[in-house]
Amino acid sequence: MGDPPKDTTGQRLANRVSKACGVFAVCLLLAACGPAEVTFHTADDYPARLSDWGLVSLEGQQLTVSDQAIVYELNTALFSDYALKLRTLYLPEGTHANFDATDNFALPVGSIISKTFIYPKTQSGALLTSSDWNGDPSAIQTNDFELMETRLMVKQANGWDALPYVWKGDDAYLSLTGTIRPMTLANGKALNYLVPSKNQCASCHATNHTTGELLPIGMKARHLDRSTAVYSKNQLEHWAERGWLTNVSYEHTPNAIWGDTSQSLDHQARSYLDINCGHCHNAQGAADTSGLLLDYEDHPANALGMCKPPIAAGRGSGGHLYSIVPGQAEDSILSFRLATNDPGMMMPELGRSLVHQEGLEIINQWINSMDGQCL
Amino acid sequence: MKKSILAVATTFVLGCAEPVPFEETFRAALESAQPGDVIEVPEGTFAFDRSLIMNTDGVTIRGQGMDKSVLSFKNQLAGAEGLSVSASDFTIEDLAIEDAIGDALKINEGNNIVIRRIRTEWTNGPDVSNGAYGIYPVQTTNVLIEDNVAIAASDAGIYVGQSEQIIVRGNRAEYNVAGIEVENSIGADVYNNTAVANTGGILVFNMPGIPKRGYGTRVFDNDVNDNNTANFAAPGTAVSGVPAGSGIMVNSNDQVEIFNNRLSGNNTANILISSYFSANYAGQREVAAEFDPYPEMIYIYDNDMSDSGKAPGLDYLVTLRDAVFGPDGAFPDIIWDGVIDPNKPAEREVICVDNGDAQLLDIDAINEFANPSLDMTPYQCRVEKLSAIELPAG
Repeated sequence: MGDPPKDTTGQRLANRVSKACGVFAVCLLLAACGPAEVTFHTADDYPARLSDWGLVSLEGQQLTVSDQAIVYELNTALFSDYALKLRTLYLPEGTHANFDATDNFALPVGSIISKTFIYPKTQSGALLTSSDWNGDPSAIQTNDFELMETRLMVKQANGWDALPYVWKGDDAYLSLTGTIRPMTLANGKALNYLVPSKNQCASCHATNHTTGELLPIGMKARHLDRSTAVYSKNQLEHWAERGWLTNVSYEHTPNAIWGDTSQSLDHQARSYLDINCGHCHNAQGAADTSGLLLDYEDHPANALGMCKPPIAAGRGSGGHLYSIVPGQAEDSILSFRLATNDPGMMMPELGRSLVHQEGLEIINQWINSMDGQCL
Repeated sequence: MKKSILAVATTFVLGCAEPVPFEETFRAALESAQPGDVIEVPEGTFAFDRSLIMNTDGVTIRGQGMDKSVLSFKNQLAGAEGLSVSASDFTIEDLAIEDAIGDALKINEGNNIVIRRIRTEWTNGPDVSNGAYGIYPVQTTNVLIEDNVAIAASDAGIYVGQSEQIIVRGNRAEYNVAGIEVENSIGADVYNNTAVANTGGILVFNMPGIPKRGYGTRVFDNDVNDNNTANFAAPGTAVSGVPAGSGIMVNSNDQVEIFNNRLSGNNTANILISSYFSANYAGQREVAAEFDPYPEMIYIYDNDMSDSGKAPGLDYLVTLRDAVFGPDGAFPDIIWDGVIDPNKPAEREVICVDNGDAQLLDIDAINEFANPSLDMTPYQCRVEKLSAIELPAG
């Protein structure tokens, strides 16, 4: 087991709710014994317990996903301190989403997306940062995996809501204020695992910062167009067969699958920046203030960082003059900000406390492969 | 969302005797804020290990005074700001934000913003590891920043970026790299402020690579004295090239009116004007084709200036001072890098000075300082005065 969470709001909230609802909880456990059925809740009725959604829950040691949902993966995913992520999607009976080649698929009201953050762990409870998990939820048992949190995105009539649930014991508990879970890694290092608050969810999911509307990030063709081990078929095909996705076409370019070195370095790097940076660094995003645009669109070289001076990076510049100095990752702010874990300098600003060495390596190779020079 | 939080809060009240620390109720109030909420911060020092985030329009955060209600981020573990706000019709007043790991108070996009009697401070004094900005509204419109105190930011104490319709008045900025900085913004009145002991007192800049080109700033009735703190900004930042000893500095910005200020004891110059080519005197950098790197229509008049230029803050400026005025001499009140747009229409003025016997030195940077000039003839001109900024909320 990792260290138990300390005196944080989320934990107190969880403790209090569980104390206050002790009798009630027994009923919930009994109800969870049958095949899990998804229950949609409106915004005035968000349950304190994740199991009340019926989407993702624990049965004994076993993490289970409702038969009414599917699991999915992204080509290249956001780095989150080496956590593994189990993603599920639920659409209400008889509904579907419309395919879109570039933007999010428009999901119907009543849809629920979940992302459960887990780590494989040693017998002593230390967290491992590598795994051969193939994405199959049936492999997730609490004696082998530490369950950290499950984030829900819930599509209400007036838009998406984001709800962070923190795992404790046999359930996860709603924690709108988020928390830090201090953990220990198998290499002995400490990990201050951040569960975002509701508003921090918006720091990434308000991909159009001007409207402030919360949106999914990965629910796009270029992220989803891939096969997975769980279903042994292409996800877009699978969703279409299930009747969940209409008008599918394949004219888009899928992002590179993480770790697929047969893809060009440029494609790997742009795919990595797209999912790790593009939610803020896009033309409408929170980081459009920087003029640095890293989503996978056709941006001019300067907007991508080439010989681009920082605007308001502060000490995040790391003493360097430009975001990217071609051929010189060691002089590039982009590399510097990925290579630091000082919260006042690092990028992304949220969602990691460790350096993603493998991601940094791709970006460094990419920058080092570039020709040209800055003044 | 609001209702569910209220429900949980009710559970707390009914089910628990132990008091909830203010840190938790405050964070919960920010997370669940509704338009019209006034969130009070009582007297005391409150410690946070994560950024506070507020995204709801129409909220007021109010403390008991900038020395009484203190939000401390000394032990911050996560998040890039102290308090981060993405909302309109936002007012924050009468509290302090100390020792944020990044920016103290960032407001990203919003209209009708009031920041009043806030103190942002890094309590260890000037240090490169301090957060970049104290008070930092960016991409905002109708912004009032008044009677605040900003201390020891490693970039700018008060920084208004990419905004429109701005009033910055009655503030005190000290021991920052830049005391007050207006960057890529349109329509700013900066007055009745005190900027002392920063590296540079008041800066009006334009940076390349972002859509909004700034112009139209009036800097007047300010006290800008003894801004001689050694530059402690991270290299590579826009302000890292600001020479220690800069009073009021304009870089690559247009239509800037500097008048009725009291400036003294700024050891490089009381007023500095530069193009992006000398990048606030830091040396040349690459400039995107669409960027206008030339300061133009700068109007300097009726300032009370004295006692500056005796110890320029960069080596090459010292060399230049020695060459032109001797090692015991001093730069005049105003220095300019002398870089003019070769395609500038003849009728467009660059710099006009109507300031008694104040002198301007053109350091001729583009010709490697070959012909520095004190000839005041080119500056005997006028620029149409800008009108006052008026905010809907006054």
